[in-house]
Amino acid sequence: MNGTPGIGWDFARRLLRNRLAAAGGAVILFFFLVSALPGLFSTHEPNRIDIVNILRPPSGAHPLGTDDLGRDVLARVVHGARISLSVGFVAVGIAIAIGLIVGLLAGFYGGWADAVLMRLVDMMLCFPTFFLILSVIAFLEPSIWNIMTVIGLTGWMGVARLVRAETLSIKERDFVAAARAQGAGSARIIFRHVLPNTLAPILVAATLGVAGAILTESALSFLGIGVQPPTPSWGNILTAGKDNIEYAWWLSLFPGLAILVTVLGYNLLGEGIRDAADPRLKGR
Amino acid sequence: MAETLLDVRGLRLSFATEKGSVRALFGVSFSVAPGETVGLVGESGCGKTVTALAVLRLLQSPPAIVESGEIVFRGEDLLALPEKRMCGVRGKSISMIFQEPMSSLNPVLTVGEQVAEVFTAHNVCGKREAAERAVEWLRKVHMPDPSLRAREYPHQMSGGMRQRAMIAMALALTPSLLIADEPSTALDVTIQAQILSLLRELRERERMAVLLITHDLGVVHDFADRTAIMYLGRIVEIAPTRELFADPIHPYTQGLLASLPGKRTGEKRLPSIPGTVPDLSNVPPGCPFADRCPFRREALSRFLAREVPADPLAVCDREDPPLYEYSGGHFAACHHQRTVRGGGAR
Repeated sequence: MNGTPGIGWDFARRLLRNRLAAAGGAVILFFFLVSALPGLFSTHEPNRIDIVNILRPPSGAHPLGTDDLGRDVLARVVHGARISLSVGFVAVGIAIAIGLIVGLLAGFYGGWADAVLMRLVDMMLCFPTFFLILSVIAFLEPSIWNIMTVIGLTGWMGVARLVRAETLSIKERDFVAAARAQGAGSARIIFRHVLPNTLAPILVAATLGVAGAILTESALSFLGIGVQPPTPSWGNILTAGKDNIEYAWWLSLFPGLAILVTVLGYNLLGEGIRDAADPRLKGR
Repeated sequence: MAETLLDVRGLRLSFATEKGSVRALFGVSFSVAPGETVGLVGESGCGKTVTALAVLRLLQSPPAIVESGEIVFRGEDLLALPEKRMCGVRGKSISMIFQEPMSSLNPVLTVGEQVAEVFTAHNVCGKREAAERAVEWLRKVHMPDPSLRAREYPHQMSGGMRQRAMIAMALALTPSLLIADEPSTALDVTIQAQILSLLRELRERERMAVLLITHDLGVVHDFADRTAIMYLGRIVEIAPTRELFADPIHPYTQGLLASLPGKRTGEKRLPSIPGTVPDLSNVPPGCPFADRCPFRREALSRFLAREVPADPLAVCDREDPPLYEYSGGHFAACHHQRTVRGGGAR
């Protein structure tokens, strides 16, 4: 290639110049590494019970202490990262997939399809999401897959509205008319021309959505209807800790911090992407 | 004409608006022979682009409604084709290039991908071959460094290069008719000349017909075999270009040609046509140009000054003139000139 930088390069440069976004990205990368290679961060078994060493404060052998069954808290937080992050990703993946399809169809075809799909979105938005999830989970087995699916199925409406709005403006652009004049059919126009142009705002929504999904999973697990013990997730480690919070602060503090830092990381990165993708801020 | 490639007959088209139906085309008829270049000239809002978009059926309906008329391409009425077959016509048999090269390319796809897409959309060949042919076409439109430029995005290119890429896309499947909607308007003058000479070169080589839409009389003079002048949704005069410029018949054409800056010296101001174009939502009956027409004005003032017993051109306010034929292939829609020059009905 010659010296002219592409879109991606320019975008990455602007994103990295935003220190908060870079910090958020670093946090996220760190937790990716943790969930990919948990053995690197903790040598303990997350589910190994050690009756002799219960509720031990942080020490050299157990850097984050032990819980009421003598399990190593660091090992549980490290192994919980994979569960919590995958809930976030799968749930957002489902939400984006549904939201994209609904938004593209509603925005592109307009009229009747638009009216029906958007009223469906309005209906879904009428339910208080958290209680909807609670009641659905009450009927289903609270497994990790059900949690992901339910969070995904209740989180697509925002994406659908966003994609619809983008589609409405993109389908009027000249290059769509030009593609039509070149003989492209509707499917080709939607997937080759409209969809790629909506990706920037979707990326922002997805990043912020992952943070929201992790929080929702933690809240569900905290209430005991999320990821079931003994499988560690940040939310259920926190729950287990609340019974002993008077004697063992480390049980609640560390999973709580993990949630806080991760959610903050995603939010900062999401906002950084939004700013970097906004051409009006290009000069900065 | 022995053969016609495209024959537009009596096309009437209107748009449904909140304030009711507004007619944009009032029975437009013209034809394009294989290999011929026809210029469609008129001012903004006269229906040039709408005519072009109607030929490719690119107007959204509603609001656009074709009230009557036929668009016959190679013996087939395009208005009667199902949408699926129309997709096969667009890009393959009839192509179009647009005015704005800046916004007519998709910003997130490379230029090579966009040219290659024409081949894959029409199932001409596989992806790899399409990419190779795309580079080949970029070379044919004289894109510098075609294989490098194919991997670049539209924002990395100048306006002239983007218009070359658009032309490569439009011509990739060697259509028999190219509709060029103000292909050089958005470019600066030197690039304009380059793009026009490129179009001329490709027109000769691919032997395609061109429907050139422009408001630039200089461009049609150099480029078109025949020229049609549009005014308020009608073709008011159509003739072989040379003849049209040498002997304009319709007063609107005469006014347009008189207002061109030419060799005349000493005059401080260029002549202009008095009045303004009527609002399309409120077109008066009769000839659309009557209000601004020097013949009509003169006749009216002579009548009002009682020099003549009856208004000789009262017909202008009553009847919309059809196209009358004058010498071989020269048509104009004017009541006055018909009585003076004796044109035959079309």
